[in-house]
Order: sequence, then structure tokens, then C-alpha cells
Amino acid sequence: MSTVDPLKGYKGLARETLARLGVRVWSEVELTNDAGSVFTGVILPRSETFDDLHVVLKLKNGYNVGVHASRITGVVETGYKEAVYKIPEKDFPARPNLPKVTLLGTGGTIASRLDYRTGAVIPAFSPGELYGAVPELADICNLTTKKIFGVFSENMAMENYVVLARAIGDEIEAGADGIVIGHGTDTMGHTAAILSFMVQDTPVPIVLVGSQRSSDRPSSDAALNLIHSVRAAAYCDIAEVMICMFGPTSDRYGLLHRGTRCRKMHSSYRSTFRTIGDIPIAMVGRDGFTYLSRDFRKRDRSRKVQVDAVYDDRTTILYYYPGMRPDLVDALVEKGYRGIVIAGTGLGHINKPLYPAIKRAVEAGVHVVMTVQTLWGFAQMYVYDTGRDLLDIGIVPLENMLPETALMKLSWVLAHTDDRNEVMRMMRTPVSHEITAREPHNGYLIMQGGLPETQEWIRGHWK
Amino acid sequence: MAGSIDYREAGLIAGLEVHQQLLTPNKMFCRCPAGLYTETHDGEVLRHMRPTLSELGEYDGTALMEFKTKKNIVYLLHEDNVCTYEMDDTPPFLVNQQAVDIAIEQCLMLGCDIVDEVHIARKQYLDGSIPTGFQRTAIVGVNGRLPFRGRTISITQVSVEEDSCREVSDKGHLVVWRTDRLGMPLIETVTGPDLLTPEEVEEAILLVGRVCRSTGHVRVGIGASRQDVNVSVRGGRRVEIKGVPKASWARRLVHGEAIRQVNLLKLKDELIRRGFVDARSIEVDSADVTALFTASPLSFLTREGWDRFVAGEKRRPGFELGSGPFCVRAARLKGLAGTLAWPTQPELTFAHELAGRIRVIAGLDQSPILLHSEKWPDYSGWLAELRKVRGRLRCGPDDAVVVVWGPDEDTRTAVAEIRLRYIDAVGGVPNETRQPFEDGSTDFERILPGPDRMYPDTDSPPTRVTRERVEGLRASLPARPWDREARWDALGIPKNTAHFLIRRGGATLVEKLVAAGANERDAGFFVGEKLKFLKRKGVPVEAVPHERWVEMFRFFSQKPVLKEAWERIARETGRRPLDPLEATLSDLGLGDPPPAWRDSLLGVVAGAHTTGHDSSPGRLLRHATGLAMRSLRGKVPARDVIAILEVLLSATGGEA
Ligand SMILES: [Zn+2]
Repeated sequence: MSTVDPLKGYKGLARETLARLGVRVWSEVELTNDAGSVFTGVILPRSETFDDLHVVLKLKNGYNVGVHASRITGVVETGYKEAVYKIPEKDFPARPNLPKVTLLGTGGTIASRLDYRTGAVIPAFSPGELYGAVPELADICNLTTKKIFGVFSENMAMENYVVLARAIGDEIEAGADGIVIGHGTDTMGHTAAILSFMVQDTPVPIVLVGSQRSSDRPSSDAALNLIHSVRAAAYCDIAEVMICMFGPTSDRYGLLHRGTRCRKMHSSYRSTFRTIGDIPIAMVGRDGFTYLSRDFRKRDRSRKVQVDAVYDDRTTILYYYPGMRPDLVDALVEKGYRGIVIAGTGLGHINKPLYPAIKRAVEAGVHVVMTVQTLWGFAQMYVYDTGRDLLDIGIVPLENMLPETALMKLSWVLAHTDDRNEVMRMMRTPVSHEITAREPHNGYLIMQGGLPETQEWIRGHWK
Repeated sequence: MAGSIDYREAGLIAGLEVHQQLLTPNKMFCRCPAGLYTETHDGEVLRHMRPTLSELGEYDGTALMEFKTKKNIVYLLHEDNVCTYEMDDTPPFLVNQQAVDIAIEQCLMLGCDIVDEVHIARKQYLDGSIPTGFQRTAIVGVNGRLPFRGRTISITQVSVEEDSCREVSDKGHLVVWRTDRLGMPLIETVTGPDLLTPEEVEEAILLVGRVCRSTGHVRVGIGASRQDVNVSVRGGRRVEIKGVPKASWARRLVHGEAIRQVNLLKLKDELIRRGFVDARSIEVDSADVTALFTASPLSFLTREGWDRFVAGEKRRPGFELGSGPFCVRAARLKGLAGTLAWPTQPELTFAHELAGRIRVIAGLDQSPILLHSEKWPDYSGWLAELRKVRGRLRCGPDDAVVVVWGPDEDTRTAVAEIRLRYIDAVGGVPNETRQPFEDGSTDFERILPGPDRMYPDTDSPPTRVTRERVEGLRASLPARPWDREARWDALGIPKNTAHFLIRRGGATLVEKLVAAGANERDAGFFVGEKLKFLKRKGVPVEAVPHERWVEMFRFFSQKPVLKEAWERIARETGRRPLDPLEATLSDLGLGDPPPAWRDSLLGVVAGAHTTGHDSSPGRLLRHATGLAMRSLRGKVPARDVIAILEVLLSATGGEA
């Protein structure tokens, strides 16, 4: 255990002043300034990113103020009370007739409790803590929770995917009726994609969930997302890797998106996740599920899960832009990259000056594949001469696979083989709908606001 | 006023929280326009508020109840005045520094100590009035003072915060809010509990209002300022009367609340006398008595009556309507006979306290919300019906009965809430936020949250307030209202005119006129009375830019003769507010004497001779002057005209 800094976050003048006055973080004080104002409250820890001039107090009335250290003329410590970072726990009630769901934590907070005295957000994670925060869960399932990574680790990377995939496999083999994975939303799509390849033939639902408004806010989407995801894991008939997040921004229903076809499309909206090039598999609401697609693998407890958790992270995405310099490609080859996913323009294009560099890369054994930066639509490089030239060079088009999904898949594939034909066969053979044969007309739907028909639709619906 | 009370003896104290919208072009945490109200919408969002865990405390029956009775909240959006921030789908942008500046000005007006670093906090509101579930707010200054009736009122703090939504409707379990006002910057000025009578409260509201308006940077008009009045009596607790729209309401509201608290304290004594000392001693049980009322003359207690109500109000299951079948539920209040008719506010009883809680928390809002054994409606057979209910509940003579009706689950919530209200009564006066009505009464709005509902806004960095910034704002600070009032009083400007000038922003114009060389008394009368007079006459003087009046006073000092034509000039300026005044004057031909004006007076004298039979002294001269000035006002000084007319009249032998 490291010792806790009694002046946490304070630097420079503010730190010196507090030290000189003999008070510390969590001291209850009466602080007087040079104007004679008396501030009664608790000294709070200071964010490392703030300046080194001010002392932050939480006043008795709940407000916080910063007092310039040079203006402090006196401090009387009237007490000391450290914040307790502990959540009240209650036993999650066992109900033998309900399904067993395992919640795996990857960092980030799905549920939390707020310490009002300090404003600290304390993550709730154990079943008992979650039961305290979202009691509805007890009516849905028997919940087990496992923390896979440290609470503060939100930086998922390849090695984490391996650990996570194996944990999922273990839980399924141990008899879980469904898996929920708590995950930060920024890279949830990446994780869902690679898990779709690393964990195959799952007999039960594997559901990733997170929140766009943190759970310390009364308007948070976290509790409802958690309820929807746990319900999906426990009861839905879809045995695939999925993302479960808000459908509309209103508190109405969640959507179950296919892990390989889902993308975060807004930096902050609740309804940020969208299935791209297809429709979501199902809606999940208070009263169960509405299946939108019939094309999914059904829950089947007798199926044996296959965990194939390997990766090679010498892969990247090149997001093409006009004027991209060929030496960028050369540099990747030189640095030992083995796979490049190009997010090309239009139907999967890049401009001529890059051709020689790509050719050199392919000849050096680098596997180069093409996706489209339009996100919707197929890489159809046979349509124009430019595309045909690229095919000749050896760039392999990945139909309508999303660029991020392609990157995740290429990393996984390259851990199996380095044989060019085998790599390309695996890349072009869909494991979990990452390439689909057809794009339904409603698989592309970005409504344009302002149009009379859109406005009319928007007016009549809870967004 | 109904009920009489010695405020000093009761230990009445009151304080104010005055909310004042700021005159900024944009909102406080996003770039939407402020002050653009719309009565239509082009989008709706449905949300719920979920208490955060520490508010729930342990997982228990109360917590579950809160979920079951929670409101469906709909926000109406208009693309002209809200963006994704107001919808709580985008984090806040950096705080509007113009709003912080105006708050600093208010602090300087009140002599506050301005904080060195402003921290945005979140203040939780679960009623849906703000889509995030909290209001972003920050203290800007503390420790100010306000001269008042020869003493000093303390100013606890001045904060800057975002305004909330406007309520459109609240029916059963659905509340609808309009978002146009949401996010507009406000300042909140909080006084200490230093006011001692209802009259003082009214006067202090007006005074704080004048302070706000003295900055010249606040909004005026309906809804631009609202005040919460905190009231308690000795032994009572702070009750917040929220959103008092007019100072003139304050007297009756404060009086009524003082009476209410005194009466609740008497009820407390009575409860203790009967042995009710804690939560456990309050026993309330209930039974479904729907079957007893199937043929009742009280149609709202019948299934058919309820169905008609639901259909008439278009209440939809899952939205307005609570869950469960229709139920008439009777509660037995053990040993509490006589307490329902206990007086509280003037002309109201304790049953009204129960009704308020039931309406808000259980969502049962069909009038009259409840019936009770101490004032059952009068109809033939009422006694038999009530007796049947008492029998069904096995009531003893000391027990009281309350009947509620509606969706089954809501009626259960209502019964639980009745018990909770009585538990509060054992403690005397509960901390509440109450809604004011014009007749001086109030009704329950919500439990008053304590400091525990405040926590830091992790989305917003703090703002450092440098001394340079404060001094810069101090340098251009307009006069404080009490300084202005004292100065104007010395100049003979009536108090009403002074208040009007400060309240309506005229004081700023007066100062501009004085700076341009006008005599302050003249300027004060011009803006405070003459312009007001013209406005009442329908002249659009508000459309005239201040610089036009400044020009006018400049001309007045160059050519004093123009002053005599002030009304004509002001009217014309109101008609063409954008033209430079010089052009207006020249088109009116004002400022210089017309050629041969003296000769024209001969004709006037001749005309004056032939009219009138009145021969009072000076009458002819006045008449002639009036005639002459019609064409000469603003061109020739009246006294010059009079001097010549006198000579002419005496020469013609009229009078001298
Ligand atoms: Zn906005």
C-alpha cells in the first residue's frame, strides 16, 4: 500500500501554505482571508490539473470555493474526517429459479455511489453494491461479478482482449446463462469486434454495456443500460457478442447491436451506438425483447464455446486523404508492421502516387486490405480503373467490413498465419456478419434534419 | 389578514433568495440564444430521474416506492433555443464569462468578498425541472451587506447559475417541461434570515431587485426575477416558499406561513400529549373499500366515475396513469381523531398538508384528492357510508379515517405518505419547499433538500477571478441604489420616481445625460416622469437609443429655447428614433427664431382682441401668449414673446 499524500493534489504556494498552517485534506476548518471573510468547510483534494495557487473548500452549504493561498490569514482546524470510499453492501438475494448472469468489469463505472461530502464518485461493482444501486437487477437474475482489470484501467488494449476472452470462456463453461461486460463506450466497438473473433460458438449471449452519462447523475443512462443488458444476457435468444445501449436518447428501450457491425457515432449522445450497414438484432425494453432480425445464432446451452484468444498488434489503419505521402506506407513497412487496413475513399480508392509504396509493402509481405471510410457501403474496387489497379497491386477488398472491425480481425488473423492466401481467405470469410452478402435498404439511414418529412417524424416521436 | 399573530413573540425570521436573469445574448453553458421564448416545439424527449445511491441510502421499502412513483418526464424542444446541451446529450461548454462578470458586479454592489476561484457545483433536483437532474451553480461572492431601514441585512452569498425549465403540465405521473428558458444565466442573491415581519420581506424584495437592476445588465419583465422566501418561527424549521412572482404577494405568504408553523407546533404538542413520540408510534393501516362505494353519490369514488375522469383527461397507461386497477382505499389513523381538522394556514387544516403530499408523491391529483372523517361531504346517506368504512377498518372512536382513490399502487403510496407526514408532524415543522398562490396560501412542492444534494461538477474547470478583473469591473460600476436614492432625494426627486428609475433601468440613462452636461434634477424628471408620461400616451420611447436623448440634452444646453419644446421633440424622436437629432430639429424648424416673428405677434394681438368676454387680470396676455407659442415654442423663448406681447397689448389699450 502506498501512503496517501495528506495534501493530495496541492502543489507550489497552496501546498506550502497548507503545510505551514498545519492543516491537510479532509481537515474541517474555519478559514479566514484578508478581507475578514470566514469560510467554514472541509479542505478538499485538488485536481492535479488545476493551478498551484488556490485551496478548495467545500462549504457547509454544499458549495465549493477556491481561496487564493496568499489571502489566507488564519485557519482553525475544528475536526478531521476522511472520506469513506466504501459503498454500503447488501446481499444480492439468491433466487434459484432465475438465470445466472456474470458481469465482468473492465474498468470504468457502470454504477456508482456519490460521496456528497466530497463529490467523489465511488464505483459500485460487487453484486451487493450493484444491488444497492440498481435493485431491479435482483428481479432479473442471479448476479455474479468479476473484476477483470483494475477499476481505473480504461485503456483497453490487445493484451486485455485476451484476458477478457478467456474469462468469458471460463464463465460460460462454469455455467453462466449469459455474460455482461461493463466497458467504457469509446472503444466498446473495438472490443465487441475482436471478442466476436476470439470467442466463437458461444452458447449464450455476451453483452457489452456502458453509459454515456455517468451514474452519479440522476439522469444517467447507466442503470437502464445495465438493466437492459442483464435482461438480454439472462433471457434473450441471441447467442452472439453484442453491444447493448440506448436506442433513442429518451428513456425507452435499448438496442442489441451485432459486435462486428456497431460503431459509436456521437461523442456524447446517449443513443450514440448504431448498427452500420444492417439493422440491430433486437430491441430490449421493460417487457422483454422485440427481435428485428431473424438472422442470428440461437441460444443453445449444449454448444461448446471456442476461445481462440490470440493477436498480433503489428497492424494499423491508414485513413486515406488526398495528398497522403507514400513515405508513410514505407515507414510502416520499415517499422515492421504486418498488416494495414486502408480506409479508402468512395468504393475503396487511394490515389496513384501511393501505388508504388503499397506495391513495395505487399512485396515485403505486408497484408494490405481495403475498407471504406464512408462506413456505409461496399468496397467495390472492380468498378473503376483505379480500383482494378489496386487489386492488381494486391490490395484485398473487404466488402462492407467496418474499418475498425477489419483492424481487429486482421490482428487476430495474423496470429494464426502469415500465408498471404490463408490470411486473405480468413479475412474474406465472415465469422460473425462482419461481411454481409446484402445491405438492406434500411441498413443505411441517416435522416437529414430540417426536411419537412423528417421534421414531421421527429415531432411525433420521443427522440 | 386572517389569523393574527405577534411576529416578534412567535420569533418570525425570514430571508430571501432572489433569482435574477442576466442580460446576456447567450446561455450559461452552451451557445444557444438566451431570452428567446417559444410556445411551440419540434421535438420531445422522455426521461426519468433516478435518485443516486447515497440519496437512496439502503435498499428498502422507501427506495422501492420512490421508483414506483417516479414521474415520466417529457421535455419539449425547439431548435431555435435549445441544443444537445439542454437535452443533456452534450457536456457543458466553458461557463459564460459575461455572466460571471455580471455576478461580480452584483457582488461589488453589495460589498461582497469575491471568491478567488469560482467552482461550478451541481445542485440536485429530481422533479425534472432540469434534464441533467441538477442545476449548475457557483458561488461568486460572500459576506455582503445591504442597508435596510437604518440597519444592515447580511448578504450570505451571490451565486451564478443556470435557469430551469418552464412547467407546461403535471398530470398524474407525467410532467411536461418546456426547455426554452433552461440554461439562461441567473444570479441568486441570498440574504441572511434578518427580516422580521412580512412588510420587511416585501420591502427587501423590492430593494434587492433595485440592486440587481442597478447593474443595468439584468433582464426585466415577466419571469425575469423570482424570489424564494425562507420563513421560520421559533421552534419551527426553515420552509422555502418558492418562486414568489411579485413582491406584493410576500406579505400574505409570510404571514400565512408564520401562522402555519405556529399551528403545526401546537399540533406537535397535542401529538406528544397523546403519546405519539416517534415514527413507530404512528400507526396507519388501510383496506380496499372500492366495493363499499359502487353505488355512492360521490361519483368519483365509483369505477365508472374514474373511467370517465381518465377518458376526459386522456390519461394513458404507462404515462399519466399509475399502475394497478382502480381502488378506493381507506386508511385508519390510529388515535389521531381530531387532527385532520387541526388548523394550519388561515382557513386550511392539516388534511390539506396530507393532500399536498399525496398529490405530489403518489400522483393522485383528482380533486378533492382525499376525503376524511372530520369533514365528509354532505349528501344523503353520507353517514351510513362513512360508518361502513369505519366498520371495515375496525375503527375506534379515537381513530381518524382518510379515503383516497385511483390506481391501486398509487393509493398504497398515498397511505404510506400519510403516515410519513404524521411522523413529520411529531417533529413539528418539516423542511419543505412550498408553492405560493396569490391568495396567500401555499401547498407542498417537495421536501427541502439539504446541503447533501450539492456536489462538484466534474465537467467544468474552475474559473480564476483575478484582482485585475474585479478592479476593472469596479471602475465602471454604476452607483448603488441607496446612494442614488439619497442624492436624488436631496435634489427633490420623489422617492417613487427614484425607485422607478432604478427598477426600470432609467437610472443608467440619467447618468448618461448628466455625463453629457445635463442638470441631474432635470434629467431625473425627464426620464422618470416625462418619458414615462409619453410612454403612457403611446409614444414608443423605448425604441429610442439612449444616445438620442443624450444629443437632445446637449442641444438643450446649447439652445435652451429647445427645452420648451421637449414634448414635441420627444414625440418626433419616438417616431423616427434612428435619425440624428439635428435632422429632426431642422425638419421641425426648431432652435432658431423664424424671420419677422415679432411682426407676427401683431396679428396675434389683433386676433386676441376679438375673442373672449372674460376680463380677469392677465387673461388676455395668457391667451395671446398661448396663441403665439403654438408656432414659436422651441424657436423663441416664451419670456421674450411675453415681453413683446405686454408692450403690444398695453399700446392697444387692452390691459397692462
Ligand atoms: Zn444550448
